[in-house]
Amino acid sequence: MSKPENKPDVGKVFLEEVTRPPVNERVRGWQRVGRVLLVPALAVVTGLLLGAVLIILTSESVWEAFRVSLGSGLVTAWNTIVQAYTALFTGALGDPVRIVQAFQSGDALEIRRALNPIPESLVNATPYIFAGLAVALGFRSGLFNIGVEGQLFMGAAAATYVGYAVKGLPGFIHMPLAFLAGALGGAVWGFIPGWLKAKTGGHEVINTIMMNWIAFRLTEWLLGGPMTRPGSGGLPISPMIEKTAEIPQFFPAPIRFHLGFFIALGMAWLVHWLLFKTTWGFDLRTVGANPNAARYAGMNITRNIILAMTLSGALAGMAGANQILAVNRSMALGLSPGYGFDSIALALLGNSTPVGVILSSLLFGALRNGATRMELLRIPNDIVSIIQALILVFVAAPAIIRTIYRVKVPKEAEEAVFVGSWGGGNK
Amino acid sequence: MPPVLELKGITKRFPGVLANDHIDLTLNEGEILALLGENGAGKSTLMNILYGLYQPDEGEVFIRGEKITIHSPIDAIRAGIGMVHQHFMLIPVFTVTENIMLGAESVRMGDFLDRPAAAARIREISSRYGLEVDPNAYVRDLPVGVQQRVEIIKLLYREANILIFDEPTAVLTPQEADELFVIMRELARQGKSIIFITHKLREVLDVADRIMVIRRGAVVGETVPAQADRQTLAAMMVGREVRLEVEKRIARAGDVVLEVHDLVVTDAQKQITVDGVSFDVRAGEILGVAGVQGNGQTELVEAVTGLRQPVSGSIRLLGQDVTRATPREIIELGTAHVPEDRQRDGLVLSFPVAENIVLCTYYKPPFARGVQLQREIIYETANRLIADFDIRTPSASTTVGSLSGGNQQKVIIAREFSRPIHLLVASQPTRGLDVGSIEYIHQRIVQKRDEGCAVLLVSPELDEVMELSDRIAVMYRGKIVAIVPAESATKSYIGLLMAGVSPEQAGAPQEGERIVESTF
Repeated sequence: MSKPENKPDVGKVFLEEVTRPPVNERVRGWQRVGRVLLVPALAVVTGLLLGAVLIILTSESVWEAFRVSLGSGLVTAWNTIVQAYTALFTGALGDPVRIVQAFQSGDALEIRRALNPIPESLVNATPYIFAGLAVALGFRSGLFNIGVEGQLFMGAAAATYVGYAVKGLPGFIHMPLAFLAGALGGAVWGFIPGWLKAKTGGHEVINTIMMNWIAFRLTEWLLGGPMTRPGSGGLPISPMIEKTAEIPQFFPAPIRFHLGFFIALGMAWLVHWLLFKTTWGFDLRTVGANPNAARYAGMNITRNIILAMTLSGALAGMAGANQILAVNRSMALGLSPGYGFDSIALALLGNSTPVGVILSSLLFGALRNGATRMELLRIPNDIVSIIQALILVFVAAPAIIRTIYRVKVPKEAEEAVFVGSWGGGNK
Repeated sequence: MPPVLELKGITKRFPGVLANDHIDLTLNEGEILALLGENGAGKSTLMNILYGLYQPDEGEVFIRGEKITIHSPIDAIRAGIGMVHQHFMLIPVFTVTENIMLGAESVRMGDFLDRPAAAARIREISSRYGLEVDPNAYVRDLPVGVQQRVEIIKLLYREANILIFDEPTAVLTPQEADELFVIMRELARQGKSIIFITHKLREVLDVADRIMVIRRGAVVGETVPAQADRQTLAAMMVGREVRLEVEKRIARAGDVVLEVHDLVVTDAQKQITVDGVSFDVRAGEILGVAGVQGNGQTELVEAVTGLRQPVSGSIRLLGQDVTRATPREIIELGTAHVPEDRQRDGLVLSFPVAENIVLCTYYKPPFARGVQLQREIIYETANRLIADFDIRTPSASTTVGSLSGGNQQKVIIAREFSRPIHLLVASQPTRGLDVGSIEYIHQRIVQKRDEGCAVLLVSPELDEVMELSDRIAVMYRGKIVAIVPAESATKSYIGLLMAGVSPEQAGAPQEGERIVESTF
């Protein structure tokens, strides 16, 4: 007879897949690193290849060249792709020729401009790190926080308010205060669905989606009303924050590289420490991996669900605070190009580990940054979004990548060696 | 005349394991062949090959001397092979007739089901083989033993001649099992051939005509019941001598450790499943709770360990009231719990062995200093326990999910037995394990008792309860119908109580020996 109550729900299975260690514990050292990175790396390559096909298909000049002749079509197609990816690459990491020329010219501004792509990629990566950590922490705790975007908006609003309304504080107090206000704003927005889940069983996926909409409309109202910039005529934009609330940038314009990046790295370390080195993290991970066993071991499930959602929300809020205090310096509705949603994908790509989140954030930051340069070639920015999406499809479904590239799964074979009865003695 | 079924040189490899190694098997008409082996010995693989679920890498299958290939269960059914699975394949909201017709529908006038005709055939089959069942009953209303009969009729309805029974007694009471054996013999007498898969030695000796023992994918011996006993069969199965009887001295019961009084507990559907239960367990004794699964044992254990809030009644542990205590409070008072479902409740499969070993103590020194986990001490302890409890794992950082069932259970035993405890609650501690593992875990439980621990043992395996317990409580429909000293309990008496027969009718072994409270 079947026992329906023992059937794991789809969400649970998904979360297990997400946090599954990618390789067997016994593989160590560089071989282990290689195996961990193999599928994501192949996913990136495949995403870029398919992206190339899309670039060709969406390029009018390629179509026109094909109308002339097959040969010229192929040549134009090849050139288009080379140009596009060259732009993507130089936009993300810099153009070596230009850097050399800049140094030869000795013009300081030109040198900064030539060197800007890498720091700009890091600037782009920073909100991804915060938001990716928020999702990863949720995944590890068995929760699917889709509300990162809304929490980011609430965090940004809180940081903005403290940033412009509080006056006369020294920078070393004002900036951290505004940043923490951002974390708090996000935390509150994460706490609510966490509390609902723990106390009423309301599913966090649905509740966080709804909380997103509340956050969007609420910030829209705030920016058009109570928090509007004087003289903006009711446009949804906040006043500029005080100088003292700004997260400092390290270099003169146009380089925007700022302290927030290091705060993000610090948070990644903190999340790693919390999850894997403390009893709190042990609670969170156990509740996430097997709530029944957590209860059996005497852990407080309710408290851990609320804690996980609150911390996740706080990290998301930091992403918003970071963008306001370090980059935008005032809040408008175009604050986020979807950091909160991309970060779900990011956390998946990074196997929900802080290090993985950093690496995939750097990739996404670079792709986003490079996309700006690609746009100059009249290749739509959307192509980069599509490439990101393709990469994610392949990461989320490693079976596809394994099938395409015939990557062997050594899992079963390795396990079989030590599975077996001990009574009869595996001598 | 050629045998009904002949397998020659069946070999099946999985990555890294040889599941079946050139297995030869013959089955004659009207014969019951028992296939005996530990979990993972390769019995199921062999049967799945025969049933068309796997393809063999090598080897041939002959039915009445004719070579056939079986690509799918449909081929198997066509060749007259039928299988009674361990988990029934029945639809609870359909009637017996509808379940049996499913997939082999009789129709009349185009697409209309011909229920009367099917019901008539079912009646004919059931009277011919002594398989009593009401064709119009809904399956959900039938006891497990009768549901199994429906499964058997399903095969006969499809005119199977070779019947495979996969661990058929796992879900039955001893009486139901006996009834099944009568049915199996009757089927054999009328010319059906039966393959009976099991790891229970007693049953093999009771019912089989011939016994084949499989170990690690290969046939290691063949015998007949007249020339075998449990001891020799166990040794063949495991590959070394096994002590089947648990050696234990007479219990020296001390003070009362656990007192349960008039306890009422409901299940998730708010149905009362524990209905006014009272008992106590003393230091240095094992109280075994016998009963068919689903008679309230699960909820009783959950209430005692704090995982479920009782509706009324009281639970006292070492003199303290713990009726509404949290699981952690109860653990900290010195309770160990071997849960019924180790993978669901007892382990975090995606965590390494070491983290599972400290699952209940990770927050206390020396495993934690403040909030910081002391990874080195955790791993040292894990390595020590891996050695002490002979857990077969490549390392302490291997995830528990990749260990075998026996080793997973040993991780739990190591964790629960290695800290100072006063009460051990063991729920089905050997479920699904092989003879060797069972022997080991039984010894450890008795050892805990001798150290002065109070043990509450819950198991639907009557043999296990009878071998280990000092006193036996029988649960039926949420009530404890009797508590009997183990030395005066007989298997048939306990079996009758488990089936709901009142102690008076069951005929208590002797006047005065059916004692409702402790004898000590």
